[in-house]
Amino acid sequence: MNAKPISGPHVVATRRVDQIMRLVIIALAPATAWGVLIFGWPAFYLLIVTVFSALAFEAICLKMKGVAATPFLRDGSAIVTGLLVAMTLPPWAPWWIGVVGSALAIMLGKHVYGGLGQNLFNPAMLARVALLISFPIEMTTWANVSPLFIGPGVFDSFAITFSGLDNADAVTGATTLGLVKTEFSQNHVLPGILKDYSSLLAFIGWERGSLGETSTLLILAGGIWLMRQGVIKWHIPVSLLLTIFVFAGIFHLWDSKHYLGPWVHLNSGAVMLVAFFIATDYVTSPNTPLGQVIFGAGCGLLIFVIRSWGGYPEGTGFAILLMNATTPLIDHYIRPRIYGRYRNGKPLDISNP
Amino acid sequence: MLALFENPRLRGGIHAEEHKLETSIYNIDSDFPLPKKLYIPVQQHVGKPAEPVVKVGDKVLKGQLLAYSQGTISAPVHAPTSGIIADVKDFPAPHPSALPIRTVVIEADGLDQWGAIEIPSDPFQLSPEEICSRVGIAGVVGLGGAVFPSAVKLSLGRKNKIHTLLINAGECEPYLTCDDRLMQERAEQIVAGIRLMLRGMDAPKALVGIEDNKPEAFLAMQKASQHYPQIVVSQVPTRYPMGWDRQMLRYLTGQEIPADGRATDIGVVVHNVATAYAVYKAICLGEPLISRVVTVSGAAIRQPRNVEVPIGTLMSEVLAYCGVDKSKMARLVMGGPMMGDALPIAEVPVVKACNGVLALSHAEIEEPEVQPCIRCSSCVGVCPVGLLPLEMASRIRANQLDAAVDLGLKDCISCGSCSYVCPSNIPLVHYFKFASGELVKRQQAEHKSEQTKRLIDERNNRMERARLEAEAEALRAQEARAARAAALKAQQEEDA
Repeated sequence: MNAKPISGPHVVATRRVDQIMRLVIIALAPATAWGVLIFGWPAFYLLIVTVFSALAFEAICLKMKGVAATPFLRDGSAIVTGLLVAMTLPPWAPWWIGVVGSALAIMLGKHVYGGLGQNLFNPAMLARVALLISFPIEMTTWANVSPLFIGPGVFDSFAITFSGLDNADAVTGATTLGLVKTEFSQNHVLPGILKDYSSLLAFIGWERGSLGETSTLLILAGGIWLMRQGVIKWHIPVSLLLTIFVFAGIFHLWDSKHYLGPWVHLNSGAVMLVAFFIATDYVTSPNTPLGQVIFGAGCGLLIFVIRSWGGYPEGTGFAILLMNATTPLIDHYIRPRIYGRYRNGKPLDISNP
Repeated sequence: MLALFENPRLRGGIHAEEHKLETSIYNIDSDFPLPKKLYIPVQQHVGKPAEPVVKVGDKVLKGQLLAYSQGTISAPVHAPTSGIIADVKDFPAPHPSALPIRTVVIEADGLDQWGAIEIPSDPFQLSPEEICSRVGIAGVVGLGGAVFPSAVKLSLGRKNKIHTLLINAGECEPYLTCDDRLMQERAEQIVAGIRLMLRGMDAPKALVGIEDNKPEAFLAMQKASQHYPQIVVSQVPTRYPMGWDRQMLRYLTGQEIPADGRATDIGVVVHNVATAYAVYKAICLGEPLISRVVTVSGAAIRQPRNVEVPIGTLMSEVLAYCGVDKSKMARLVMGGPMMGDALPIAEVPVVKACNGVLALSHAEIEEPEVQPCIRCSSCVGVCPVGLLPLEMASRIRANQLDAAVDLGLKDCISCGSCSYVCPSNIPLVHYFKFASGELVKRQQAEHKSEQTKRLIDERNNRMERARLEAEAEALRAQEARAARAAALKAQQEEDA
């Protein structure tokens, strides 16, 4: 594979896989830093544990596969996966949730399929869904906002991450989506349920939620920057967000007591992170612009459907996995039109224009 | 809805580092010293090789015919200078294989003496047929790299009701500036060539497409053509592969050529701008195609520039003339860096197709290791044809050539845009070239087995016929014997 033949082109562009991964990490950094800032040291420990275990599992898998690990470890893809897993976890989750998450993402999500570029499902979302189903308590214990230097100290936090939370009820609560789901089940209606909700704080990210998912603002900023860098294109994020917005808007207009408004949807849970960083995963999304729009719209629709009528308050993980499964199908049917041919592959007929 | 995702005029393409300023700021250097020996391959064009008409020891004059065109698609070659035919032998070709081809070797006498030249009094009064025939006799071929005999294209044009002559002056390959300089310095001659071509194929108008990174060339061409409303000079975006004729045609006219057709099917003929210049020289000066402008560039060249060299000059001499730093040179490329060929040796002649000689340094051709495909689909975005390079490559890796053909392998133009952008440095184009080669091989094998089967069938039929004939013969012989015996018997009875 390394014996590259001498044939054109004799010059190549300079952006390589490791550079792409580095740009993704930079784009994720503000939102991650925000998560650490508002959830304190436990979030920091969880982040470190998750990222390093992702690297360790990557190394183990490569070793088992019998290939040199260093070039792959250096490409940064394992760090991105670990980072994304950490960002989707409850910030005060115990350390082993991070380790199991990384193991699921790297081993089951990626290397079982043959490694980088071969996986069918997004590794981070696979880990998130598997963890959510397997460890529902740990995965839905949401810490209150307790910023660094104000919340638990360096050593207390160590205990929270590595030996568990004692007084969980006192320092945790529900996320917006979780609260709404529970209240609906008790026959309460909107807008009363959300009397304490501030859309500005939700936009900035001052609310309960996963480690790196709370700040719509910072994720949006990172995502748009990544777009400007040319690493991701607009098709998936725009179609995903627009679909949620349209469906949520229609249902909210129709029955504003039982359906959340579009802004609440877009500012809650994992939508922003998923739209810019998960759904746009190269490996598990379609190849063509049109295919990507279909994929994004499908993700948005499924997220809305699961949130509105499903058993879980948040549906992003399931929506992504389901749409990942349709990617090969989309790629099979949606192909670019070839020059001089119709879409069906027949050459252009010029006798009757 | 579907059309929303496709720019109707321009699709795909890349913007590579241009590296054109190294050479585009200098005038064409016409002072190249006449080499002592020139090596002129008899095949420098698409089609049948020319047949030599000279023998070893013959004295030839500059512009004299060395080998004549054979068949309808072929082109003659001429002596680039005066001298003695030293040899007619096999000599390494400027090709990645450097396999030898038939080559006429001239030992220059240094006089550079022209043979008889016939110049028409008013070239623009020549009949179209006459123009075509003169272009053919002068050995003019497409100088953009395709080297298709120009006369054939011109007469094809006359037969096919052409409404537009598209002059491809895109020169989209990085490094190359020979067409740029030619337009800047010899625009009037080029315009004369275009007018002759228009007359040669009875076409009403010509479009000239120049990439917008060559503003001086554009202005020069516009100025030169201002009195000829039939020639429209336009700028096109600088976006490789703009010089792919079909891409430029789509950009300038919005029309697409059917995948199974030619430009003539939609009333267009495409010629390169340097070809127009060669046509001018062939008709107005009576000079056959015996020299061309070559861009000599690359980081291993000390004085990069455009040089006008006689056809048949060894590349090593051209490199030496421009000062090559052999220790820096990592790869020798004929043509541009995107689609040009890497040459294993420099002792090969400059031919009509050679628009560039690049001595690239290690830094310029630096290639990181090949990594797995991450399906980033950058290749899909840059493909000017609308193919899925990553999918095609994965099929070819799995040896599913038919699946790759279904995906459009045969529509690939090998422009190299996909390989260029690939962040994993996968040699995509090489996969496609390999697969195309395999398909040809497979086709040949099929053809061979069909032929074998046909021969066997024929032989069996022949044997069967022979057997039947032999049987019939035997039967006749038997009958004859019986008849003779009966006659004998009757006679005996009679005698008795």
